[in-house]
Amino acid sequence: MGYPHKTHPRETAILSKHFGDSEARSLDGWKQRGGYRALEQALSTPPAEIVDAVKASGLRGRGGAGFPTGMKWSFMKPGDGKPHYLCCNADESEPGTFKDREIMRWTPHALVEGCAIGAHAIGAETAYVYIRGEFQEPIDQMESAVSEAYAAGILGANAMGSGKRVDVHVHKGAGAYICGEETALMESLEGKRGNPRIKPPFPAVSGLFAKPTTINNVETLVAVPHILTNGAEWYKAMSLSNPKSTGTKLFSVCGNVSRPGTYEVVLGFPFKDFLYDLCGGPQAGRKFKAVIPGGASVPIQTMEEAEATLMDYEGFVAQGTMLGSGGIIVFDDHQSMPRMIARLARFFAHESCGQCTQCREGTAWTTKILERIVAGQGTFEDLDTLLEIADNMTGKTICVLSDSCAVPVVSGLQKFRHEFEALITGRRSSTVAMGGKPSAGGSALTTGAGV
Amino acid sequence: MTTPMVNLTIEGRPISVPAGTSILEAAKVAGVLIPHYCYHPGLPVAGVCRMCLVDVENAPKLMPSCATSVAEGQVVHVHNDKSLDARKGVLELLLINHPLDCPICDQSGECELQDYTFQEGRADSRYREPKRFNPVEDFGGDVMYVPNRCILCTRCVRFMDDVHGDPVLAVAERGDRAVITTAPDAGLTQAWAGNVVDLCPVGALLSKDFLNKARAWELDRSASVCTGCSQGCNIVVETRDNAVVRLKPRANEAVNGHFMCDEGRLNYRWLNRMDRLVAPMAGGGETEWDLATAAVAATFAGKKAHVVANPSLSNEVFFLLGRIVAKAGGAIHFAVPQGSEAPLPGVEDLSLRADRAANATGAELLGALRSDHPYAGVSGGHLLVLVDVEPSAVPAAALSAAGAVVFIGTADPSKLGRLAAALPIANVVESDGTITNLRGRVQRFLQAKAAPGHARPAWYALADVLIALGEKADYHSASEVFSALAAAKPPFAGMSFDSLGLKGTDVAGAVAGASR
Amino acid sequence: MSAHETVPYTPVFVGKRKLDLDAILLRYPTKQAALLPALWIVQEARGWVSEAGVTEVAAALELSAAYVKGVLTFYTMYHQHPVGKYFIQVCTTSPCLCAGADKVAEAFLRHTGCNELGVTSPDGKYTVIEVECLGACGFATPVQINADTVENVTADTVPQILAGLK
Repeated sequence: MGYPHKTHPRETAILSKHFGDSEARSLDGWKQRGGYRALEQALSTPPAEIVDAVKASGLRGRGGAGFPTGMKWSFMKPGDGKPHYLCCNADESEPGTFKDREIMRWTPHALVEGCAIGAHAIGAETAYVYIRGEFQEPIDQMESAVSEAYAAGILGANAMGSGKRVDVHVHKGAGAYICGEETALMESLEGKRGNPRIKPPFPAVSGLFAKPTTINNVETLVAVPHILTNGAEWYKAMSLSNPKSTGTKLFSVCGNVSRPGTYEVVLGFPFKDFLYDLCGGPQAGRKFKAVIPGGASVPIQTMEEAEATLMDYEGFVAQGTMLGSGGIIVFDDHQSMPRMIARLARFFAHESCGQCTQCREGTAWTTKILERIVAGQGTFEDLDTLLEIADNMTGKTICVLSDSCAVPVVSGLQKFRHEFEALITGRRSSTVAMGGKPSAGGSALTTGAGV
Repeated sequence: MTTPMVNLTIEGRPISVPAGTSILEAAKVAGVLIPHYCYHPGLPVAGVCRMCLVDVENAPKLMPSCATSVAEGQVVHVHNDKSLDARKGVLELLLINHPLDCPICDQSGECELQDYTFQEGRADSRYREPKRFNPVEDFGGDVMYVPNRCILCTRCVRFMDDVHGDPVLAVAERGDRAVITTAPDAGLTQAWAGNVVDLCPVGALLSKDFLNKARAWELDRSASVCTGCSQGCNIVVETRDNAVVRLKPRANEAVNGHFMCDEGRLNYRWLNRMDRLVAPMAGGGETEWDLATAAVAATFAGKKAHVVANPSLSNEVFFLLGRIVAKAGGAIHFAVPQGSEAPLPGVEDLSLRADRAANATGAELLGALRSDHPYAGVSGGHLLVLVDVEPSAVPAAALSAAGAVVFIGTADPSKLGRLAAALPIANVVESDGTITNLRGRVQRFLQAKAAPGHARPAWYALADVLIALGEKADYHSASEVFSALAAAKPPFAGMSFDSLGLKGTDVAGAVAGASR
Repeated sequence: MSAHETVPYTPVFVGKRKLDLDAILLRYPTKQAALLPALWIVQEARGWVSEAGVTEVAAALELSAAYVKGVLTFYTMYHQHPVGKYFIQVCTTSPCLCAGADKVAEAFLRHTGCNELGVTSPDGKYTVIEVECLGACGFATPVQINADTVENVTADTVPQILAGLK
């Protein structure tokens, strides 16, 4: 549903059906709504069958990469004599993305159930739910759901009387976007700095505590009980465009739209209808200018591109961007794109772990140049330099944070170069409200250390 | 079990290396140096500096050569445009916040950032923003940290953690605010901590001892062996104006890996001591070498030799002393100073040894007698021959009991009182020779500076004494003495300076693979 | 690095907090994995993590103090210095910035008397910082006050929110 708004008739509310319904949070409430039947069924099903069902459903990772979930699970070799781990990536930090927050706030038991099924499917006894530290309310909801589930015997040494051990633990992060990168998440869980690891080895070979590990996004895991209950065919049938993109997807929408919120549609939904119909279009008197459709790390779309997009993994790629995390940021004609892009660059500079040279230095340099341009001190050479730095930051580092910082810079300069040039030549677009500074107080603090 | 070999091509050169070798190490075999910062053969791979990215044909992206294993049929380009552009990019980024203070930086001349920038970096910088600044910090021990020059390669952090086993260094903060940090009250005072200065590829970690002392290009460098203990770490002796100014470890996987301890590293001032014996003496005054040598030989008449020798002296010296006592009768004695043992946990069988002398093993193999009381038993029938012992450490009782005393050494012997003769010799960095470490590794040291005054290499002085005693000893170099030793002493059989090279060879009977 | 205490440090891991830590340790195969939770316990007890706190955590988990300091300073939610009674974090990342988050941050600075980001108000009550994406972008501008997230904050509602804290 379009939480905090009512479900739009064109939505397909499966995962989000109970958003806003506080009674769904408790174990009793969740059971009344059909909760834990899928887990009970799963615990008496051989793991391989669950993996096959998820494979057949076409479910792909909802965290950003879109890797087929069933295939990822099949990398976990049963009977290798090693402990296996499931990590649930609930470090939702991609700017524009807040869907997992709603899942955990309103339906924490759905995630407990998804984790337990996932753990069983990959031969793990332990699942860790790594939740970003700022999400205190989701953490509280998850902790209370976990303790209810233990008290009811759903989790523990004999999960739902199956004789199988399933433990789920909530692990609180402490302020680091990069821990949403799966190997950084594992490092952080191990009590280390959140530095991404070099791959290979891949997590399924040597992951958390050097043991075979699978990392799944919150939304991915909560989709699994529905697949088991309703069947892979049912899930697979939900596809409006490309058959490789199946099921429903939560899209969180923010920025300059009339009705920001979390919407659930079947993949392949027309983006134009989504923006103007479901989200209510632009605010009164404004026009949409640009969209970042998959969290801050994907290329910016012009409205022409956005309106031609079908909302699935392939559809976004066809229009020059990516589905990513499904965090849609909409900018209207009152926004300065250089200012928005400068602020995104600052975000990435702040969040870079600092391991790789290109990212550590490149994100900070990019930010300084962009902030100088926004302050009216830019030169045309700066634009060339920005593109060269971006090139230097792309495809050369351990993880893709560096690439992510380059993406809005490159796509922004490609599609909104005139706005940068206007700032350099001193001309101001009359419709663009210019801040003198990129944001309150300047950059010293947010690019500085924690206070 | 043999590791299968993998064939690949690096910069057009076909090579074959064992499976599991990194591209970076394989390139060394092919004679290609892939520029790198965070990689070090003595440390776990970090893969963070991104300097060693290379173009591997059919790979979607440039690959970090330090963290990528070779594969059959791989074709690797190190110097094509794609790889070179990536390195140029890294160099530019490493320099944007760098103070560019080479003229006042100790690392200048031996700085990998300077070298690679000179070789293939941009001639200018496009950086127009303020540079970040962090104050210089004293890291304790001999180490100073200049964060503005730091490239966050984390070699120092990994050394202290993975090799030293005492993780007192860490990266603090993140992103471009990241710096190396220590915990309060936990400085780099560990026995091997000074290695972080050598490991640092730039001027961020500096030796306080060496600070502002010399420019790297003014130094002369000679391969040598540390005489601080019986480990025999391979070192480079660095001199300026005929004075030793710095010791650095020289890699030898069989002995010391890439490291040396701080005690050995900082214990070099005695090599420059000014209170040296600089001229031969006999009859109470300075004289010519021939006369002094003849005086020594004459003093042997009717007496047995009681030789007390410094156990850091070379194999050649002990061999020649052995020949002298064989002729004159008597024995060679030595005592080994003791200290506390300080292992480096991350390297097998590497330790600052309790035996604080370099060649006790060689001395014993060559017939000298180890004892806690080397002067015991000196009597009027003895000629006491002191070979490079510290004059102040010679017991007065032994001096007065001896029938006569001859001093062959480096230090000014005037404290010893009445001497029949004194022969000035070169110290370890003033001559060539070999020493044998506690595991039986025979290793060469090379002359690094000139001996003062009339001092001669000890083998030279002792060979002349032998000749004066009527023996045949026409050696013209330390190498010839060693060859004679090798011919005469079975543990050393077949060895020569050439066969030892600069990494040494184990004596016969040493346990294979346990030569450190 | 973390500052020193103004009052003598007393151990955090005693009584219930020790039991809490022991229970957390059971969740992981290594002691080190409990580092983030242990630092949280210290911060919840003391409001920030001092050098002595680092040393205590290091000893409890058999880690070096430098290691703990490296981890502590990586994560921005741990306070390396004391902060105001109300720690106010205003999200100003682009999705919120385009909805006017900079005005919200300015309003907080003005109405709390902090005037400057990161500086605690003279009465010790407030510290205001900008924070990177709080993950509540649909409720711009979200503001985190201690552990609570306040949604849909505008410059106009700031005085009312502050009044509610008093």
